[in-house]
Amino acid sequence: MSSHDKLLLAGVLALGLLAAPALAFDFGRPATPQDIKLWDIDVGPDGKGLPDGSGTAVQGKQIFADNCAACHGDNGVGGIKDRLAGGQGTLASNMPVKTVGSFWPYATTLFDYIRRAMPYPTPGSLSTDETYALTAYILSLNGIVPADGKVDRDSLPKIRMPNRDGFIPEAEFDPAKLFRKK
Amino acid sequence: MTTRAPIDLLPRPAKLSRRGFVGGLSAGILGAAATEANAETLADVPDRGPGADLSAHSERSRFAKLDRIPEATPGKRNVDPGDAINSKTPHQKLVGNITPTDLHYERSHSGVPDIDPAQHRLLIHGMVSKPLVFSVEDLKRMPSVTRVVFIECTGNGWENWKKADPDVTVQNTHGLVSTNEWTGVPLKFLIDLVARDKGANWMLAEGGDGAGVDRSIPLTDEIVNEAFVAYGQNGEPLRPAHGFPMRLLMPGFEGNLNIKWLRRLKFGNAPWMTRWETARYTQLLADGKARQFQLRMETNSVITQPSGMMQIQPGYNRISGLAWSGHGKIAKVEISTDGAKSWKQAQLSLPVLSKAQVRFQMDWVWDGKPTRIVSRSTDEKGNVQPDRQSFIAAMGTNALFHYNAQQTWSIDEAGRVRNVLA
Repeated sequence: MSSHDKLLLAGVLALGLLAAPALAFDFGRPATPQDIKLWDIDVGPDGKGLPDGSGTAVQGKQIFADNCAACHGDNGVGGIKDRLAGGQGTLASNMPVKTVGSFWPYATTLFDYIRRAMPYPTPGSLSTDETYALTAYILSLNGIVPADGKVDRDSLPKIRMPNRDGFIPEAEFDPAKLFRKK
Repeated sequence: MTTRAPIDLLPRPAKLSRRGFVGGLSAGILGAAATEANAETLADVPDRGPGADLSAHSERSRFAKLDRIPEATPGKRNVDPGDAINSKTPHQKLVGNITPTDLHYERSHSGVPDIDPAQHRLLIHGMVSKPLVFSVEDLKRMPSVTRVVFIECTGNGWENWKKADPDVTVQNTHGLVSTNEWTGVPLKFLIDLVARDKGANWMLAEGGDGAGVDRSIPLTDEIVNEAFVAYGQNGEPLRPAHGFPMRLLMPGFEGNLNIKWLRRLKFGNAPWMTRWETARYTQLLADGKARQFQLRMETNSVITQPSGMMQIQPGYNRISGLAWSGHGKIAKVEISTDGAKSWKQAQLSLPVLSKAQVRFQMDWVWDGKPTRIVSRSTDEKGNVQPDRQSFIAAMGTNALFHYNAQQTWSIDEAGRVRNVLA
C-alpha cells in the first residue's frame, strides 16, 4: 500500500467514525454498584430500600430532644416548624391540622424523609438506628406505635397509618390505573 | 419576538385630557421610581452627554426598581431571607411574556446550594440495562432542545383561599409563576442511553439540595416527549436559585416536579410516595380527603395592569395581564369590567406558545364609577378558568395548592384597585 493510499484509508476511517451514529458509550460512564449504593437512599411504601437496623421510641425520645425539638417543639408540638403530632379528626374542619399522625399515609415516608432531609442543618448526620428510633418516637407521639415500641425494615411497611385511605388519586395520573394495558 | 399591533377595540375618547392620560400611566408600569421632577417641556429634558463607562455586566437602570418578595407562609411577607420559603415575581412591574432571569420566582426547600459543576454528577439507574453517571459537560455534548415554558409553584394563588387581603399586589397573589427560555437534553435521549426496562413507567427525580427533594414522575408519552434536563436559562447557565448546574424541566406540570440541582433519576414501576407527594402537594378537600397526583397546572390568568394597590384615573386605561395553561396553548382570554356580568375578548401578544405565559391586553375607558375587573382564560383543550364560587364549591378552602380561580380586582370611586373575592 502506497503512503498515498494509507493516507486515503486513514481519511476514510476518520470520516467513517465521524459519520457513525453516536454510541451510548460516548456519553457518561457506567455507574458502578458502589456508586449506586452510595446514593440509592429512597424508600418505597412497600419497604423496598429500608436498611438493616432498628430503633425504639424510648431511644428516639432523647434523639428528638437533642436534634429536633428546637424546631418542632417538645413532643412534636408548638415549634416554629411543622407540627408532627396530633390533629387527628381535624381534616374536614375549617382549621385542618396536618401532621404525621393525622395526614401522612405511609410510615415508610417518615423514615425516608428524616434520612434524606433532617435534621435541617445537618441532613445525613444521623445513623440508621437513630433514624429508626426517631421514626418510632414520632409514631408513638401519635399513638401509632406504643411508647416502648420498636421499628425496623420488616415492621415499618406493615404499619397502617390512620389516614392511609385519605387520598384520592387524580384520574389522569392514578397509579392504580395508569399504564394498565387496555 | 413579534407582537401583533394592538387594535383599538374602543375609539380613543375625544376629550382625553393630558393630565388623565399621564395619571393613568402613572399606575406603575415598568416599576419606574418616581423621578425628581417630570419634564414638563422638552426644554426640561436634561442635555445629552457622555455616559458611564462600559462594563462586563450591565445593570438595571437606577430608576427601575424591581424586586422579588421573600415570603414565608401565606400572609407572612417580606420576611427575613432566612425564614423565607419562596420569593415572588413582581408581575405588576413587568411587560411582555418572558420573566427576567433574576426575577423568576423561587421556591427552595433547603436553601440554595453552592454547587461546583465540576463536582456535580447525575446518576441514572434503577430499572435500566445500563446505569450511567453523567457530568455537566457530558450533558452539554448531547443534542439539546430549547423551549419557552412557564413554571408555577402549586402554591400560586394561596393568598385567596379563605379570604382576600385588600392591601396586596398581584406579586403577592400570583407571584409564584414565571416564564423563561430553558435549554437542555431531552429526557427521551437519556432514557434511550440507559435503556429503560419495559414496565419502568415511573421515575424518581431527586435534587442535590439539603432536603434531597424528590418526586415520582409517571412516564406518560407526553412527559417522555416533552421533559428535559435543563442546564440553560434565558441563554446562560441556570442561576443557582433555579437549579445550577442542572434541573428537570416538566412543561405544564407542578413546579415541585421540576427538580432543581438534579442529581439522580431512578426508574421503577410504582410511585415512591415521597414526602412531597403525600404530606405536601396534595390538596385537602372539604370532606377531609386529599387529591393526590394532581400533577398538571390548570388554566389560569390574572390582570397585572391595573392590579392590587394601584390607582387609576377615569378615562382611557389599558388592561393587561398574563394567561397560561399546563394543558397547552391559551386559546382566548376574556375580560370583564363590570364584575363578570359581560365579557370581551382580549388580544394576545404573539407568539402564543404551548405551556408558556402569554400577555393579553385590552383598551378600556373607565367611567369613574366603582366596579370590578376580572379575566378568564380558555386553553386549546377547552378548559375554562373557573369563577371563584364554582371553584370553591369543588375544592373547598383547605386545599392550599392548585388555586386557579378567576382573580377579581375591585376599583372604588377614587380609582383604588384592591384584591377581593368574587
